[in-house]
Amino acid sequence: MISDPATTPAGLRHRAEGHASAYPALMAEAEHLAANVVLGEHGRRRAGMGDEFWQYRPAQAGDTSRDIDWRRSARSDTQFVRQKEWQAAQSVMLWVDDALSMTFTGGKDRPTKGHRARVLALALAVLLNRGGERFGLANRGTPPRRGEAQLGRIASHLMAPAGEADYGAPNARVLPNGSRAVFISDFLGDPSQTIDTLTRATDHGVKGALVQVLDPDEEAFPYDGRTVFETMSGAQSFETMKAGNLKERYLDRLAARKAQLKEIARRTGWRYTVHHTDHPATQALLWLYTALDRGAGR
Amino acid sequence: MEAIAFTSPLLLTALIALPILWWLLRAVPPAPIVRRFPGIALLFGLLDDENQTDKTPWWLLLLRMLALAAAIIGFSGPILNPETRVPGQGPLLVVMDGSWASARDWPQRMQRVEGLVADAGRDGRPVAVVSLTDPPPEGPVFQTADTVQAALNTVQPRAWAPGDLTEWTDTLSGGFETVWLSDGLDREGRAELADAFAAAGPVTIVESPRPVLALTPPRFEDGNIALTALRSPAGAEREITVAAIGPDPSGAEQVLAREVMLFEAGADRAEIALSLPSELRNRLRRFEIEGVRSAGAVSLTDDALKRREIALLAGRDDQEATDLLSPLYYLNKALVTTADVIEAPLDEALLASPDAIIFADIATLSDAETERLTDWVSEGGMLVRFAGPRTAAAEFDRDEPLLPVRLRAGGRSVGGAMSWGEPKALRDFTRDSPFFGLTVPEDVEVVSQVVAEPDPTLAERTIASLSDGTPLVTRKALGEGQVILFHVTANAEWSTLPLSGLFVQMLERLAISTRPADLSAEDLAGTTWIAEAVLDAFGTVRRADTLPGVPGEVLAEGAPGPDVQPGLYASDDRRVALNVISADAVLAPVTWPATVTVEGLEVDEPTPLMGPLLTLALILLAIDAVASLWLAGRLRPMRGAVAGLALLAMALPQEGMAQETPEEIERAIGATSEVVLAYVETGDRQLDQVSRDGLAGLSRRLFERTSVEPAEPFAVNLETDELSFFPILYWPVTESQPTPSQDAYAKLNRYLRTGGLIVFDTRDANVGGFGTATPTGRKLQQLARPLDIPALEPIPSDHVLTRTFYLLQDFPGRHAGRDVWVEAAPADAEQIEGLPFRNLNDGVTPVLIGGNDWASAWALDERGQPLYRVGRGFGGERQRELAVRFGINLVMHVLTGNYKSDQVHVPALLDRLGN
Repeated sequence: MISDPATTPAGLRHRAEGHASAYPALMAEAEHLAANVVLGEHGRRRAGMGDEFWQYRPAQAGDTSRDIDWRRSARSDTQFVRQKEWQAAQSVMLWVDDALSMTFTGGKDRPTKGHRARVLALALAVLLNRGGERFGLANRGTPPRRGEAQLGRIASHLMAPAGEADYGAPNARVLPNGSRAVFISDFLGDPSQTIDTLTRATDHGVKGALVQVLDPDEEAFPYDGRTVFETMSGAQSFETMKAGNLKERYLDRLAARKAQLKEIARRTGWRYTVHHTDHPATQALLWLYTALDRGAGR
Repeated sequence: MEAIAFTSPLLLTALIALPILWWLLRAVPPAPIVRRFPGIALLFGLLDDENQTDKTPWWLLLLRMLALAAAIIGFSGPILNPETRVPGQGPLLVVMDGSWASARDWPQRMQRVEGLVADAGRDGRPVAVVSLTDPPPEGPVFQTADTVQAALNTVQPRAWAPGDLTEWTDTLSGGFETVWLSDGLDREGRAELADAFAAAGPVTIVESPRPVLALTPPRFEDGNIALTALRSPAGAEREITVAAIGPDPSGAEQVLAREVMLFEAGADRAEIALSLPSELRNRLRRFEIEGVRSAGAVSLTDDALKRREIALLAGRDDQEATDLLSPLYYLNKALVTTADVIEAPLDEALLASPDAIIFADIATLSDAETERLTDWVSEGGMLVRFAGPRTAAAEFDRDEPLLPVRLRAGGRSVGGAMSWGEPKALRDFTRDSPFFGLTVPEDVEVVSQVVAEPDPTLAERTIASLSDGTPLVTRKALGEGQVILFHVTANAEWSTLPLSGLFVQMLERLAISTRPADLSAEDLAGTTWIAEAVLDAFGTVRRADTLPGVPGEVLAEGAPGPDVQPGLYASDDRRVALNVISADAVLAPVTWPATVTVEGLEVDEPTPLMGPLLTLALILLAIDAVASLWLAGRLRPMRGAVAGLALLAMALPQEGMAQETPEEIERAIGATSEVVLAYVETGDRQLDQVSRDGLAGLSRRLFERTSVEPAEPFAVNLETDELSFFPILYWPVTESQPTPSQDAYAKLNRYLRTGGLIVFDTRDANVGGFGTATPTGRKLQQLARPLDIPALEPIPSDHVLTRTFYLLQDFPGRHAGRDVWVEAAPADAEQIEGLPFRNLNDGVTPVLIGGNDWASAWALDERGQPLYRVGRGFGGERQRELAVRFGINLVMHVLTGNYKSDQVHVPALLDRLGN
């Protein structure tokens, strides 16, 4: 056990330094992204459990007499209920696909899908941290916590090298009951596992958002001529004599996949969006933030 | 007449294989491309529609076919214009015109002749080569080809046309074949000569289709030089360039003027009027058609183009006289067409350095005038004096220098109402006289004259006399010049000479005036002319010291020949040019009788086509290789390179227009897509690094603390880089940096005027204050002198810089000097009511000058740690923090201008909105 270089202090430190070298850049990018979003979005602004006073509202049928604020009611003829601002902390579990398919990019000027997914996840984590929520990374089973240390933990986990599999799928094992979840992936692998996870998560009262990150090349299929397509690991291949002829059918299948994801999201009460790597990450982050926010109210 | 033959035609049968190749090639599909693609998960199970999708494109096939065909044909050895020569029989006579018109393509002619002679040698035929400008007197002598070949070198073209050949034609006898290398110009006797040759055997005419160009002598018309160029045959529109050549002031020959003449399509002559200042015109030696080596394309100029400057002075006439009585009237009339006449007081006339000065009856000159005039004559001037009443009345010293002879006072009247004698006529001119050869009109009479004292030298000084022997014109040399005295008046008062044509001719012979354009035999009668320079057939001017003199009458004929070669002839002070082309020459193409064969000069050389065809095949194969790669998609990584090449190819022809290189454009985009701080490169590498680190550190602080998010700082070279992209320029001053050029200063001033800010940092606040106390301070003054900098003042405590982001009153850098200078506030700045600052200028200060070495204080390394120490301990860190705050304030000031000043209006605006 001592001889295993991965577990010796020296080996561990070596790896940590390797990760840390890339970490500030990712962190900085995420911080920067988060900084752009927070402008204009302030607080939760709704009644709920909490310490801060939110508003008085007239008492309605069903309100117990314990809820009535007598001091306020005494100043008028009707009874008022004192409401507090909702401050209950939420747990948000992030899952970022780290399969090989995410290492793809169609153009040198675009980031890989995986990079975009990591930046999005981390930026969201930064925002959540700022909002006082707890968050964790479902990939590694990191339990939801809050604070800068948790951010750092997530960032270093995200920096871990890509997995071996060609396609990844979320799993619902580590999702705490009643928490929220964000799955970021290209969802190009077998959809059945995703659907399974989603249904099981919904069973546990977990709601959240799906972000499908796609490269523009995957949307446009700009290929022609005799081509042998390979998965990113090279394990599977598919040969066509004239790739251009397949374009239409490929696009049909892609649309079908999107429709399938959208439908399952609708049925389970999740939210779903497609994000392209040639678009600014801000759009997706803004969408994610509002998606979580709105979901929290229901 | 072009033909193609093959050295190994059997190889051509390989072309049959091409269709088979076509069939073979189209069956081979292109290699697949391997592509990693995550979307493959969606592809599984899809089938290709067509089975026949992988055809090689037809154009690629065609390309390969062409390459192969070119290779096959190339290897079969095609030859363009193969030699097919039929040996001739009997003696061969090669006739050459050998004229000036043949000179332009003489080497080709000689090559042709050599070929003919060599062919004759191979066939064993006797040959004779005859040049018509220099025909052998006893008719052609047929010799063996070897002998003729050896003598060919001596055949040269002549600068004239063939003469009368009728006698020579008679010497032709026997049967022979004739090849006539004609110069293409029609002349008298051409047809007869051709008939004579045709009578002896077959005749072949060899003629170049290129037109013959010639230049006629320049004429003087209406103050301009008129030039006419001729050509034969007339063809399409063509431009020729004519050069006027003459010595420059140092004496070396060069082109004084160049003009383009245009032959209209179908026209055989082109004309142009050339206007030259008389100074240049008098220096002209010849005109040439540029690029034509032929005597016909050269036209020598002579006195006809020269315009002498002649000063006319008359005695002070205080009485009003009519024009016809004016002493200068006839001189003016005689000279004005051929010379530039100056009428001015003597002092001014001498300043103009005229060729001649003519006094009409001026007797007395002041001593100073006499001295200057004597000097002028001694240096080559010509003084011509006419007598008159004043001259007759005046008394001259014995050794008066400005008179050729001593004059007896009083003069004499020989044919008046009060005299006994008859008016005297002129005696014929003697042989020594420059007037010899001029006929004396009978109606010239002299009624009065001044009379010379008898003197031993009188006879030799007399160049014209009256019938009674008394001198009429006397001349004497004085230094290099001469003094001439007409013993009569310049008007018709004393004689009728000024009324006669003789008067003009005499002036012309004296080279006082210049001759009119046309020579007549009479004009030149009795003179002998020496050739100064002659033209050879190629139009080259050669010295001609050894040629004998030519009588004027022969010269006047104007037909150059072996005896009178074309060139420039001189007699006394006069020059006459004899040109190959006379003024009335006409060039016409020859019309040959139908019996002769006419050929062009050029022979089609056999050209092997193997090389070009194989090259073509190789090029096609190279294109095929690239095209195949492209089809197979292998060209992807090189796409950028190909696009670059294509761009380059497009850019190359218009290189002059492309001002900006891709690097510059990239730099411009980089500088403008984000906020960029910039510093001026000083040439001191270490200092530039400090500036870069400093601005990078400041950029980082701005990024962290404000919404300004600058990119990496740029270095700016004042000479080459565009400044307008940068909101702020940090300029550290060193003693050693070079002073920018004028262009750079213009750029800087433009930058300052359009809202830029330059921060000058002398970095010496630790040793000296603001001013010239330090070396960098002096350098700053020197650098900033040409800049458009307004009046300055130390930053006032209410300057907007003190509150654009942080509230500051100190502006330290690495040093904490107090003096930081900005544009002075206008004098009428007012204190704003209720606020601690004034309403200052509306803009941003264009300069900020200090010595606090801010860059060092701002500089951070890549981990965000300060690079240079500032102060000591906590106090030093505080100072660094203030320096950073100053930097942030500065950038904010540049980017927001007076926005922070406007904040004072916010309460008022809110107040208004509330209402």
